[in-house]
This record gives sequence, C-alpha cells and structure tokens, in this order.
Amino acid sequence: MPWSKMDTQRQEVSQFRARLWWALLLIVIVFVGLVSRLVYLQVWQYERYATESDDNRQQLQAIAPTRGLIYDTNGALLAGNRASHSLTLVPEQLIGGRRGIDNVLAELAQVVSIDQNDVKRFNRRLNQPRRPHSPVALRFQLNPTEIAQITVNQHRLPGVRIVPELVRFYPLDKGFVHALGYVGRINDRELAKLDSANYSATHHVGKLGVERFYETELHGNVGYQTVETNARGRVLQVLDRFEPVPGKDITLFLDAQLQQTAAKLLEGKRGAIVAIDPKTGGVLAMASAPSYGANQFVTGISNANYQALRGSDDLPLFNRALRGRYPPASTVKPVMAIAGMDSGIISRKYSLWDPGYYQLTEGGRLYRDWKEGGHGRVDMHKSIVESVDTYYYAIAHIMGNDPMTKYLAQFGLGQVTIADQPEATKAVLPTQQWKRINRSASWFPGDSLNLGIGQGFLSATPTQLATMAMVLANKGKWHQIRMIKAIDDQPVEKVSDIGRNDPKQPSDVALERSSDWNKIHSAMIDVMHGKKGTGRRSGAESSYKMAGKTGTAQVLGIKQDSTYDAATIAERFRDHGLYIGWAPAKDPVIAIAVIIENGGGGSSAAAPLARKLFDLSILGAQSKAKAKEGAQNDG
Amino acid sequence: MADFQRWAPDAQKHLKQGPGLWVKLRLDPFLLVLLLAIMSFGLLVLYSGSGSSEAAVQKQLIRYGLALLGMVIITQINLRNVQRWIPLFYIIGLLLLLAVLLFGVGAKGAQRWLEIPGLPRFQPSEVMKLLVPLTLSWYLSSRPRPPHLIHVLVAVVLVTLPVLLIAKQPDLGTALLIGSSGAFVIFFAGLLWRYLIAAIAIGAAGLPLLWTGMREYQKQRVITFLDPESDPLGAGWNIIQSKIAIGSGGIDGKGWLQGTQSHLDFLPETHTDFIVAVLAEEFGLMGVCLLLTLYFLVLIRGLMIAGAATHPFDRMLAASLTLTFFVYVAVNIGMVTGLLPVVGVPLPLVSYGGTAAVTLMASLGILMSIHARRPQRT
Repeated sequence: MPWSKMDTQRQEVSQFRARLWWALLLIVIVFVGLVSRLVYLQVWQYERYATESDDNRQQLQAIAPTRGLIYDTNGALLAGNRASHSLTLVPEQLIGGRRGIDNVLAELAQVVSIDQNDVKRFNRRLNQPRRPHSPVALRFQLNPTEIAQITVNQHRLPGVRIVPELVRFYPLDKGFVHALGYVGRINDRELAKLDSANYSATHHVGKLGVERFYETELHGNVGYQTVETNARGRVLQVLDRFEPVPGKDITLFLDAQLQQTAAKLLEGKRGAIVAIDPKTGGVLAMASAPSYGANQFVTGISNANYQALRGSDDLPLFNRALRGRYPPASTVKPVMAIAGMDSGIISRKYSLWDPGYYQLTEGGRLYRDWKEGGHGRVDMHKSIVESVDTYYYAIAHIMGNDPMTKYLAQFGLGQVTIADQPEATKAVLPTQQWKRINRSASWFPGDSLNLGIGQGFLSATPTQLATMAMVLANKGKWHQIRMIKAIDDQPVEKVSDIGRNDPKQPSDVALERSSDWNKIHSAMIDVMHGKKGTGRRSGAESSYKMAGKTGTAQVLGIKQDSTYDAATIAERFRDHGLYIGWAPAKDPVIAIAVIIENGGGGSSAAAPLARKLFDLSILGAQSKAKAKEGAQNDG
Repeated sequence: MADFQRWAPDAQKHLKQGPGLWVKLRLDPFLLVLLLAIMSFGLLVLYSGSGSSEAAVQKQLIRYGLALLGMVIITQINLRNVQRWIPLFYIIGLLLLLAVLLFGVGAKGAQRWLEIPGLPRFQPSEVMKLLVPLTLSWYLSSRPRPPHLIHVLVAVVLVTLPVLLIAKQPDLGTALLIGSSGAFVIFFAGLLWRYLIAAIAIGAAGLPLLWTGMREYQKQRVITFLDPESDPLGAGWNIIQSKIAIGSGGIDGKGWLQGTQSHLDFLPETHTDFIVAVLAEEFGLMGVCLLLTLYFLVLIRGLMIAGAATHPFDRMLAASLTLTFFVYVAVNIGMVTGLLPVVGVPLPLVSYGGTAAVTLMASLGILMSIHARRPQRT
C-alpha cells in the first residue's frame, strides 16, 4: 500500500473519530437538557403538579358551539335551536363512584320517570370512550316539574346535574324533513369518524339531507373553559375561557310557502314533487309523501314510534324525491324527439300513420299505444302534444339505444347532479353494457322500443326529472342543482365555492339547430294549451302560458291481448302519474316534476298539482310585486 | 518475537485461549446486558401502564423473544458481503411505500400498513428505517471521502424520497427518524463543515419563505403542532395530562402501580408513546434518570463500536444507527415532557408494539455484527 494512501486513510479515521466526539457532545448536551427539564417538572414544579393531580379540581370543560340556523329563500326560519334540559350524571362524582351508579339510578327513578330504554342507552354512552369527569346523559327534555323535583333533591345526589343545552328545532317540521334532513344524537359509528376534540361538547350531528351535507359549516368550532370546582363538581370559578365559534347560518333556495303547499298537495298520497328555479338551479321545493316529523328524531325517537315508521307499507322514511326510482314514461318524449332530430337520424318532418300499435316485424309482438285505434297521421309536434307512443316506438327502433342514452345523459339522467343532498341516487340509464352486466343479456330491439317511451329498464328520480325540465326550459343551459343559496349571506354559486366537490355535471346542451328548441317548446306549450293536449285541463283558464309533458308509467306489464282496466287491478298496481313542466313558458321561473304513485294517469293525477304550484309561484309573486309597487306609489 | 512476547506477556495467553463464547456467537455482552436491563424495566412499567394487563406483558415478551432471535440472526451476517443487494432492497422498499399510499390500510386517517395476502400485515416504513442508513452507507462508502457535492446531493435525494412518502401517510415521527438517520450517514461520511453550515443556513432562510407561502389553515395547523397547548381539547390534552403525571411523580415517585394520572385514565396512550410519563409518575426523577443512564451507556457503546470499525461502510452505519437510537430517546422524552411537538416516536425497547422493537433490535444486531468483525488486536 502506498504511503500516501495510508496517510489519507489515517487522516480519514481521525476525522471520523473527531466527528464521533462531536456526536458525543451533542448527546451529552441533549441529555443534560432532558434531565434539567425533568428536574424542573418533578422538583421545581412538583408542588403545582402534585396539587393538580391530587384533587383534579381544575377541570377543562368544553363548550359546544351554537349550531347555525337554516333559512328559506325569503328569510323564514326552517331550522332553529331551542333550549332543552337534560339529566346527566358524572360517574366519578357520584356517591360510591362508578359502582354507585345503580343506587343513584334507583333514587332518581323515584323522582323522575326513567324507563328501561333510558337506562340501556345511558349504559351504552357510559361505555363509550370519554374524558373523566365529563357528564353522561340519562334523560332529555325534562319538563319544568321534573327540573324542580331534581333540583330539590340535588343536595342528596352529588354528581347528578341538570344541563341546559340548545337543541335543534324545526318550526315547520313535517313537510320539510325530506328537504332538510335532521340532526340526531351522535352514535358510536359517527363518533369514530368525527373530530373528537371539536365535538367534545356536541351531542348532535346532521344525519340526513342538508343538515348532514353542511355539517362542517353548521357545527362551528368548540370552545373551552378552565374551571375550579368543589368536590361535588360544582363550578366555583371560571379561570379562563375561550369562546366557541358558532356555526354558520345557511340560506336555502327553498321557498317555505311553496314547500308547504307541495307537501299539502301530496297529503294522503304517495309521491314526490321537486321544483327548481331554472335561472339558478336552486331547489324551490322538495317534498316526498308520506312524510314524518323531524323534531322527534332530535332528542331521540321512542322505539315504538320508530318501529311504526319503519314498518309502514307506505315507507314514510323513504325519500322519494331523491331516491325514488320511477320509469319516467312519456315525460322523456321531448328529449327523445331532440335525440332523433339533433342526431340527424330522424328527419324533422318525419311522420307516420298510427294504427294504435307498433310492430318490429310483421306478425310479431304488438307494442301498444295508450289510445286504442291510434292517432292517425302523427308528426313530431303531435307526438308530443298527444303523447303518441307509436311515434316513439318507431323512432326508437330507427335510432337504436345509443343516441337515446347519450341525449338522456345530457339532460342529467343516470347521474347525480344535485350537489348537496348526499342521499341522492343516480337511478338507471340503461346502456347495452349496463344490460350485459346487470341482466346478463344482450340488448334487444324491444328494449330500445321500451326505452323510447321511457319504460323498460330506464328509471329516474323526481329530482332528475325536475332537472330535465329545467334544462328543457333553459334551452340546454345547465346550472348546478343545489339547495344552498348563501352561507352567512355570502351567495354560493357552486358548492366548490365553499371547498366542497362539485358533482359531475353535463355541459350545456348545444343543438345543431337552435330552432329545434322552439319546436319542442311550442309542442310542450300545446300539451298544456292545445285543443288535444294531454295536459289541457290543467292548463286551462290561466293568465300565463306554461309548458309541460305528462306521463303515465305502467307498474305492471300488461299482457298481450288483454284489455287494460285500472279499476280491477289492485291499487298498488295502478299506474304512476307523472308530470314535468315549467312556467311561464317564455321566461320560466319554476321548473317542476310531480310523481304520484299509483295515481293513475299523469294528466289527471300529477298535472293539476303542478298547476297549483305554478299559480302560487307566478301569481303569488305577481301579486306580491303589485302590492310592493302599490306601497311604493303610496309612499 | 521473543522481545515482543516479553513486552506483551498477555498476548500469548490470548492466542492460546482462542476466541471466547461471545465472539463465537458474535454478540456483544455489554450491549446485550444493557438492552435486557432496559427491556425488563420497560416490562415493569408496561404492566402498570397497560392497566395491570398480563396479556399485554405476555404479548410484549413474545415480541421481545422474536426480536432477540432476529437480532442474533442478523449478527451472523456480514453486511459488507451482501452490500451489492442493498440498492435492490432500497428500490423494493420505495415501491412498497408507494403501495402503502395507494392501497395501504390504517386507522384514524393515517395509512401505514400494507396487507399482502399470505403475509402478516406490516409497515414498510419500519423496514426503511434500516434500509435508508444501509443504502447511504453503501453509496457513500464507495465514493471518495469527504464526499463531493454531487454525491451529497444524490444521497440527499435517496433520503428525501422515502421521507416524503412516509410524511404523506402521514407518519411524521418515522419520517423524522429516517431523515435524521440519513443525515447522520452524510455527516459521518465527512461532509465538509462548510456544506453543513450552508445547509443549515439555507434551511433557516427558507422557513419564513415557506411560512408566507402557506394558506391560513395550514398555518393554523403548524401553530397547533408547535404549541399544542393552544388546543387543549385536542393535541394539548395529552401534553397537559402527561406534564401533570411527570411533575406529580416528584423525586422518588408514587410507587409502582400507584400512579393516579395513568390509572384514572387521565393520561392517554399510557403504554405506547407516552409510557415515560407513567414511569416518571411511579418511579419519579430517579426512575427516569436510571433509564436515561441505561440509554446513555447504549449510546456510548455504539459510538465505541463505530470508532473501532475500520471499514468506512461499517463506520458510517454504526455511527448513524447509534445516533438514530439517540433521536428516538431524545424526541420521545422531549415530546412527553412538553419540550417538542407531539410526533409519533416510541420510547425504544419500552413502548408497547412489535414492529418498532424488531427494527430497533435489528439495528442493535447490526452494531454487534460490526463489532464482532472489527480487527482483533493480537
């Protein structure tokens, strides 16, 4: 080995050893630092920490933020907060500690009513992970007599406390639950997901609907205070306090009057109504019937009531507006006509002779029109006005599946486009691939025919149909469908404005010839105002023009050669009545979808309800405007 | 020769005896005794911290047994001879970390585990704790020393990749340990002081720049991270309670199983990252100082082994592993006593948990292996 190399090696080793000394120096410094810290804590500050540890008289209490309020578009309160008193126990402070719980419960039972369920739920809460010295709720919504009785006996019951808290209250309750959702007590599963620090004083969380989607905004941020307590846990002194940040207030597009009317119109029926403002995409009304009261869920619904709701054949808990999947039936015909014309497959002048049925092959299965004997010569305009099935069997046969599903998708079918209703479902927009996967069968021409009249595998939710009505009314212009209008008075155009994910939304529908929109519009106006329009009775005697399309969805496949008689079929097998439309026809302020389950035809069951809501939102608004004008003139 | 023997009479005796038992086993009795002492002390505290759970102690005993076995196996390997496989393992480790981000499983918003059918669930980041110092030692030992700037930069990249992947899981504690293990290798490779000072200066200058570039909520997170007591219900709760536990322990402690803070459930995570608070509460300042002394002796032994090693690969590796062990101790105790922000770093050989114990013992095994292969002075 050459000397020079050995030399550098030796140099390197000595340099390395020098660095080891540096490392040792670092280690010693840090260890001295750690030991000094320990000496500081364990010797210097010993007295302080020993006291804090001994009696734990200083406690940190979390303060729940006040939940944000929810308003309708005109500022009417939809969800507020009210005071409620609950009975709580601090297990560590009871006589006999945690082992004394049974005695205390027995004693309390003599003062206020406590049933088995209360005790069962109390035990469950007790076993959830929690901070020591934090209260565990036993009963909610104590009435004044109960409060008085507990207060009188409180000296005998250390660790038992009456805790006032603000709980959610829905002043308009029943008709609104399917639009707003509700809050309920936090359960184990939610507890695991929530930020435990921020929710350490919160007992409720949004379970459904708007309350669930905007939970973060409505909840706010927790505050806390350090308090000094006596041995019984009574607060003697607040040492420091950090105020909670209240939740933000939310304004919805929902119009309380329209919503209430929609709910009233649905009373005694099964069905749903969704109304959307075509200028903004805001949901004006979202009603589903039968419904239920939301307030009972806030403080804990009784088991019997809950079972009654769950067990009902009418499924009141089911949100038909967002989750009900119905065959849209003839309400898709305007879109089918657009598909035919715009794809260039069907001539704009295409017409056929309607004998009352359509056949794929001579002598094959008869695809029936709703009118026996047929409509005679039918062109596109007439096919919409009179809802001629034969016409759509024919054009569906010519087009095949792909153009139809492509255009239906552009109008929002088969996808969730509402931004802030987490329960919404996308229903089914059947493609060939869909059928292969879900039905293990290939696509038959008959499937296209059924799709052409909005039956077969196709299904849509009332929210999707109202969206389709909006896009039709807007001549293809899309807006984000949403409940929220503003948050803390800041307008929200899209939920991404407040950091949420926008749902995927089709781009605006651009037709090759924009005059096609006018063709469709004029046909849909004639549905309501034409001599033979299927909705003419609902469109009659009105001071404004409206546009719409009725639909009647078969619940039961009607056998070949059997005549159809609604009366003989059990009520549950009667047709669903559907309607989509908007008003005023030229400058729409409301687009709507109405579905009445087993209500019979769309023109008799659904369209009249829409008319009432049109009147309310247009004439109601006009009369209001007039009144305002009058007031200004007076001033 | 005769002269020499006269001058060094013991030398011949040594030659006659041949290698002793410890040398044959390639174990270092000093380190072994120290770590057995730490583990026994740890089990004592663990029994108390886990709420007198014999099951927890038993489970930990089994883990220690397996980890010891793993350590003995590793000491039999001369890592210098398998050096050429290191880069391959490093790349596999990186891919596994990527896999964790893509398909990993975990709890509480952190994705750290990988479940491969047929294999037990494991944490690739733990393996990286060994692979990063190994890779860097391999890379820098075959380059000229002190390393050129370009080699330093490559080494920095080799460290930064896994650190970023792990920080993204997020597992800041492990990212910190791995980052520092890499930094130590570079330091012991003879990084010129001027580079070191420049790096520190750039880092210090970059911080304010980073700060101004951050969004408001990110700033808020950093503030709670640095000052957990501003969030007393969340991150601060642990710190406040552990300080009460430590402080109330005093000089001689409340006695074994007598800690009120830990036994009344005020103190969270008593058997994992915060176990030293239980120790401090029950055994007082004297107990913690005893443990710190044991750790200090481990570190001294580690530095001695590094100093005695002749091959650059062995030297850098031994020194880096020793210093990483030091970072474990310093960060864990610093965080539990409220000096450092809370990051998940366990107390070595004491905290409950299997994977960390295995990696730590493996790194001690590497130290012993290096020691066993030092040139014998005869």
